[in-house]
Amino acid sequence: MPADSTLIGRSVPRAAARRTVEGLGRYTDDLDAAGVAHVAFLRSPHAHARVLGMELDEARAAPGVIGVYTAADLAAVCAPWQTRLAALPAHVSPPQQALAGDIVRYQGEPVVAVLATSRRAAESALELAFVDFEDLEPAILPADIFEPAQGFDAAAWAPQLALDRQIAHGDAGAALEGAAHVVRHRFAFGRQTAVSLEGRAVRAEYDRRSGRLSVQQSHQAPFQMQQIYAELFGLPLGRVQVAAPDVGGAFGGKLHAFPDEIAAVALAVLTGRTVKFTADRLESFLADAHAREAQAEARLGVDDDGRILGMEIDFAAGLGAYSIYPRGSVGDALQAIQLAPAAYRVPSYAGRARAWFQNKAPVGAYRGVGQPIAFALMEQMLDLAAAACGLDPAEIRRRNYREAPDTPGPTETGVVLESFTTRACLDTLLAEMDYAGLRAEQAALRAKGVYRGIGLTSFVELTGVGAQLYGPQQVRVAAQETCRLSLEPDGTLTCRTSVTDQGQGTLGGLAQIVAETLGVAPHAVEMIAGDTAATPVGGGAWASRGMALGGEAALRASRGLAARLRAVAAPLLQCEEAALSFSDSGVEGPGGARLSFREIAETVAFRPYLLPGGTAPALEVTESFLPPDLPYLATNGVLAAHVEVSPDTGLTRVLGFWAVDDCGRIVNPMLVDGQIRGGVVQGIGAALFEECRYSADGQLLNGSLVDYRVPMAADMPDIVVRHIETPTHQSALGAKGVGEAGTVGALGAMWCAVNDALAPLGTTVRRQPFTPEHVLSRLHGLEEEFD
Amino acid sequence: MTPDPEAAGTVRVQMAVNGRPVNAEIPACTNLADFLRGELGLTGTHLGCEHGVCGACTLMVDGAAVRGCLMLAVQADGAEVTTVEGLDDPLGRALREAFVARNALQCGFCTPGMLATLREAIGAGLVPERAAVRAALSGNFCRCTGYEAIVDAALDVIGGRDAR
Ligand code: FES
Ligand code: FES
Repeated sequence: MPADSTLIGRSVPRAAARRTVEGLGRYTDDLDAAGVAHVAFLRSPHAHARVLGMELDEARAAPGVIGVYTAADLAAVCAPWQTRLAALPAHVSPPQQALAGDIVRYQGEPVVAVLATSRRAAESALELAFVDFEDLEPAILPADIFEPAQGFDAAAWAPQLALDRQIAHGDAGAALEGAAHVVRHRFAFGRQTAVSLEGRAVRAEYDRRSGRLSVQQSHQAPFQMQQIYAELFGLPLGRVQVAAPDVGGAFGGKLHAFPDEIAAVALAVLTGRTVKFTADRLESFLADAHAREAQAEARLGVDDDGRILGMEIDFAAGLGAYSIYPRGSVGDALQAIQLAPAAYRVPSYAGRARAWFQNKAPVGAYRGVGQPIAFALMEQMLDLAAAACGLDPAEIRRRNYREAPDTPGPTETGVVLESFTTRACLDTLLAEMDYAGLRAEQAALRAKGVYRGIGLTSFVELTGVGAQLYGPQQVRVAAQETCRLSLEPDGTLTCRTSVTDQGQGTLGGLAQIVAETLGVAPHAVEMIAGDTAATPVGGGAWASRGMALGGEAALRASRGLAARLRAVAAPLLQCEEAALSFSDSGVEGPGGARLSFREIAETVAFRPYLLPGGTAPALEVTESFLPPDLPYLATNGVLAAHVEVSPDTGLTRVLGFWAVDDCGRIVNPMLVDGQIRGGVVQGIGAALFEECRYSADGQLLNGSLVDYRVPMAADMPDIVVRHIETPTHQSALGAKGVGEAGTVGALGAMWCAVNDALAPLGTTVRRQPFTPEHVLSRLHGLEEEFD
Repeated sequence: MTPDPEAAGTVRVQMAVNGRPVNAEIPACTNLADFLRGELGLTGTHLGCEHGVCGACTLMVDGAAVRGCLMLAVQADGAEVTTVEGLDDPLGRALREAFVARNALQCGFCTPGMLATLREAIGAGLVPERAAVRAALSGNFCRCTGYEAIVDAALDVIGGRDAR
């Protein structure tokens, strides 16, 4: 981008925000139409059961009921599906269908669908539907897989192994043997869910005359869903439209294909009625994608100077009953062991990740996928090593950071880095937070029985992930992002992008790029996104790709359109193309001669005979982008948390939080900082509050917002955000992704901070979230010490 | 045979919604948020939990911020109801502007409730301090923003710029 750009790098408010504050957002559940039919589901109350029979006649006869449907009914129109990952042939998920057949495998799995004229009627009729279940033994991962509680019968617990992957370089065992200090720690990561404020929602319409299926869905990846619906319903792609209206938050939770949503679409196909399904909060907790549930045991060896010699991580993830469709459920486990050593020189490393299917809700993507776990593991181990050799936590990190690569290339575990600026991030961070001052204060307060802690986390985030992730797995997911930019005959600009926006503000950022290149106001660029019938094909929103990939596509399309406009305008203004510049929605030549975009567009559209040759190029340019030489654009940063833990109540208060991130060129600082702050708060929520708690027989114990605690305003600190800007050379724009950075690093920073606070009390937390109960039972030795 | 949930016990309600008189015959069990969304098409009021926890459905009834999911429409009989669509008095407008300027919304699903909550709190003399604003917002869940921009926007409106 030109150095003198006036819009790139500015916090321009985005157009979409205005609609929302006036109450004019359009979310899926807002799209009612006369005659829309509402679906409600009878879901399995058991984690694992056999369906012996059903009595549905009373429900069928209830007022307002259009029909009551079972697996067999929907199977007539909707094919079954099965998650397969070609590169992991041993990862075998049971086949799935829109409604469960003979066996239910998790509590909340939909079994019967009631279609009625109103949601209330559908829910009332559900009360009259009866399904006879025979309880089966559920498989549930034990609370401590490395040291199962007494009485745990390993022989009776026989869930299916879903993944066993090892990566290694050097000889980690030998390195640990020869190390001056070896530290060990055991970790348990709680099962979480995305908790977007808007539940999943879908509205489907099937026109039997034309055979066209039109689906509005609160989703991140409309083109993925178009593929899936076309396949399941046997329709050509061109007859399936999937559009995402405004989406009330997603965070990975709306990246999958869920049985209840597919069932709603199947009912539209089967009955020819417009069908709507909106998950209520209990359904969301039961049947949304869960994530993160894992345990790990790690060992890290350092020499006397605190230099890392070797590390071992044994990682065990608890998946759900199915591998989530279509992307699978192995992301957390694979990313955790691959990324843990990404920021540091680890000469010898052995990581093993296993995962088991169990009778719980399926696991899918949640902001950061595996990366928050990876860095929580690594950073906690570094703190333990620092303590073992008497080093300051900041110093041990500085001593072990890897060097920036001279040329882009993979680390030992295959993380491809183009640049690496963690050292600069750390320096900025320590200065911003007055690290030395906080350490002095911490020491002084400890003497008074006040326990404060500081936690640092250095992270690498994989953003703008390309086709190398899902291509080899033969998962049909588009990764390239595309922009189609048109100058309309009325002189306005329409930008159609394949990326989608669930609140990140990506569309506002793209409008800034177009506006900057073509000399218009950002709000004058009409943005169209999230509709398979209206935009070019692409991934949508996943792996922080909006600005990194979609932004570059928009820049290229803008430049391409600028070139065409110059070619048209130059002969009309009788000057060289190079002498033309763009401003105020027009083209200006030397001496101030101007043509407005409207004049140019009208000439091209209606009077091309005025142009040399009597014809003009189309004023529409389509450009696509994926990094040409890299599988993704890795970013890095350092976060710090400052906390106080009360040994009396076990409560943790977050006193301060700092983030220094390098996401390359920043298009809109206000949007970027919003991503980081929102991400950090999700990470703090993970650390302190959030967990989907299941009983030993697979019953979700906390399916409401009262019982699943989320971070609220009064719990959260202000967050200082600073940037180092190292543009990627893969694109002209230079932007990398930022959507997950805060979440990726915050868990580790919190883990380290809480344990730093507890250090003088001689204990550590090891189970996230660090609830007061967990802190107190660790302090009072009620949960076995691990050393 | 259960009673028809639609027919059982309908009631007539009258209220002023965003300054306009409304008169409708509805099932007695209809909550205010469903009434506004379903009957009046005022979809600016959002539902995030339907049991009074998330605050997304917060709107103004006779000047007080209430949970639209916890109040039956009949309980608002005779009341003046203001939803986000009608929040265009000077204070409401100032809040809207500040929310846009500060990017105090991402997905926007919590925004209508945030605006109603802040409008009541500021009207009642909320002091321009960050902790006070955070406390005032403590019944409104936002999954996206991390709250800081919302606090900034509120302080812009109550003149607490230097409280930062
Ligand atoms: S929807 Fe009313 S408080 Fe959540
Ligand atoms: S902006 Fe999405 S929930 Fe607040």
